[in-house]
Amino acid sequence: MSATTKSAPEQGTDHDADDATPATGDDAEAATADASADGHLDDVVRLGLYEQVVRIRTFEERAYRLFMEGLVKGTSHLSLGMEAIAAGFGEAMRADDYTFCTYRGHAHTLARGTDMGGVMAELLGRATGVCGGKGGSMHLTSVEHGAMGSYAIIGAHLPIANGAAWSAQIRGTGQVAVCFFGDGTTNIGAFHEALNLAKVWDLPVVFVCENNLYMEYTAIGDVTAVEHPAADRASAYGLPSIIVDGNDPEAVYEVATEAIARARAGEGPSLIEAKTYRHGGHSRADPGTYRPAEEVEAWLERDPMPTYRARLQETGITEERLEEIEARAQSDVDAATEFAKSSPVPELQAAYTNVWADGGSSWRN
Amino acid sequence: MAELITYRDAVARGLAQEMRHDETVHFIGEDVAAAGGVFKATKGLLEEFGPERVRDTPISEEAILGAAMGAAMTGIRPVAEIMFSDFLATCWDLVAVEIPKTRYMTDGQISLPLVIRTANGGGLRFGAQHSQAVENWAMSIPGLKVVAPSNPKDVIGLLAAAIRDPDPVLFFEQKSLYPTKGEVPDGEIVDELGVATTVRQGSDVTIVALASMVRRAVEAADELDSLGISAEVIDLRSLVPLDTNTIIESVKRTTRMITVEENPRLCGWGAEIVSIVAEECIWHIDGPLTRVTTPHIPLPSADALEDEFLPSVERIVAAAQKVVQ
Repeated sequence: MSATTKSAPEQGTDHDADDATPATGDDAEAATADASADGHLDDVVRLGLYEQVVRIRTFEERAYRLFMEGLVKGTSHLSLGMEAIAAGFGEAMRADDYTFCTYRGHAHTLARGTDMGGVMAELLGRATGVCGGKGGSMHLTSVEHGAMGSYAIIGAHLPIANGAAWSAQIRGTGQVAVCFFGDGTTNIGAFHEALNLAKVWDLPVVFVCENNLYMEYTAIGDVTAVEHPAADRASAYGLPSIIVDGNDPEAVYEVATEAIARARAGEGPSLIEAKTYRHGGHSRADPGTYRPAEEVEAWLERDPMPTYRARLQETGITEERLEEIEARAQSDVDAATEFAKSSPVPELQAAYTNVWADGGSSWRN
Repeated sequence: MAELITYRDAVARGLAQEMRHDETVHFIGEDVAAAGGVFKATKGLLEEFGPERVRDTPISEEAILGAAMGAAMTGIRPVAEIMFSDFLATCWDLVAVEIPKTRYMTDGQISLPLVIRTANGGGLRFGAQHSQAVENWAMSIPGLKVVAPSNPKDVIGLLAAAIRDPDPVLFFEQKSLYPTKGEVPDGEIVDELGVATTVRQGSDVTIVALASMVRRAVEAADELDSLGISAEVIDLRSLVPLDTNTIIESVKRTTRMITVEENPRLCGWGAEIVSIVAEECIWHIDGPLTRVTTPHIPLPSADALEDEFLPSVERIVAAAQKVVQ
């Protein structure tokens, strides 16, 4: 799906006329060419964004159901209500860019085009999972899609994303690393170490704080000295303060496109704070009762899926096309569920594989 | 031909050798470039390889190891210096939770060919926060290789092996060894991880040692000789992979073993080796399997105290005399 929308810039209306010099890469085109003549993003991009949102929503709802049925063990952290951020970035990234995300990473992993069956099978602890059942919900990875891992320790992956960006800089590939994290991450040391180094080395990395107002059970505002936990810290590291409506896929897409283009052009890192809200609790075990009912109500009004759907309809997308996208997501999630359920559990021997690059786990002769 | 060089100069020579050998090798750390390292172990690298490949970092250990990890998974072979091994505690998440588990959790999708170099151990009167021997911390983590050379030739050969290894390696340089000298042959030296060296042959007792303790074990063996006790000394060189074959073969012959560790007593690597020997060749053993360690205390700063509590030649001799009685 990503692949089809990535070609959207080719269908832009006016960038060739505007720009006498040839675009230097996908990024230059993506940064300038998505707006159609009437001021909207190109329909291919908009439908791509909607499809991302719908697929993630449908997948997450199914994942939740499978947890409730006891088919998924352990814990899970869903992105219900927060889909627009992964969607916007997923559509804005180049196929060889890198994604680093957290234990709340189903959305970001899927947004890169990772096989849904493999992700669902990983959640169910099956041998056919993207990590062979050894990663689980919190460690989804698909290197072939640029999904470079889901990291379950707060803050850990910001410095790691820097490393991938540094490598891209060394190799001169023009790749960009995009690193997603929650609001709670802004108070841990690794966040601050990573932002500083990213700026000092001018790394092609985009940090994306998904501020859903709550760390786990505690409101970020109760334990943070500034109002915007990421954006208000940006200036400390020589970065502009960027805040975006994280429930608006197009706004996210636009800010993502700009930040990625800057990184790719060698203009260094960005820190984006996307305001959003999770529909459920922190994890499967959390009903989220610490949140005031009015607050939940107000944010449900801004649910990215129905609001974006309505906006697309108002601006000329037919009901038929939207339903087609929704039906495809439903059938893909059904197929992924079926695939996962019918897949074998890992062989016991698998526990002893891939500790080392030789494939094994031996520590002695 | 061979020349006599210091352990310190061997570090720079090993790094330079590998940076010439493979252009994807990059080296980062605090004060490593312009200053040539606080121990002057990386002098000359900036001049030869330039600021792209030899980079100073802020004092941000998580950022350093994160950069190494992210680079390693995307085609670079980074070497990251953590100035003192004590500082590994400030980036322990990277060392213990991220770097060693990522290959496993991704079922082999991600490889991390990286080396973390660090100055380990006591003997320089730096006090308890700059003198710890922490190789046993690292040894307890599945997914990390742990190397600790005792002499300049091994510094070069094992560092080269670590950099060429496809897995993450924690490379402990014993800081009191930096000024010590040893013979090093000309040309490229590339050793092998997981191979212990028998540095002195003997028939009455096997002394298993690592890094700075190897020299003391050899000195003790010389003294034991004059007391009529023939001691064999094994330089482990790496804890992971662990060359148990060399240990077991030796102990079967000598029928006695002592281990000499710089780390504090509890859960030191010697305990693991004693347990392996007890499980696998107890019927060959004629004396108590004995560990000589630093006592279970933080290392004190005063020279009179530090010298007393690190395993000394006298304590090794006394332990060997006791087990052969």
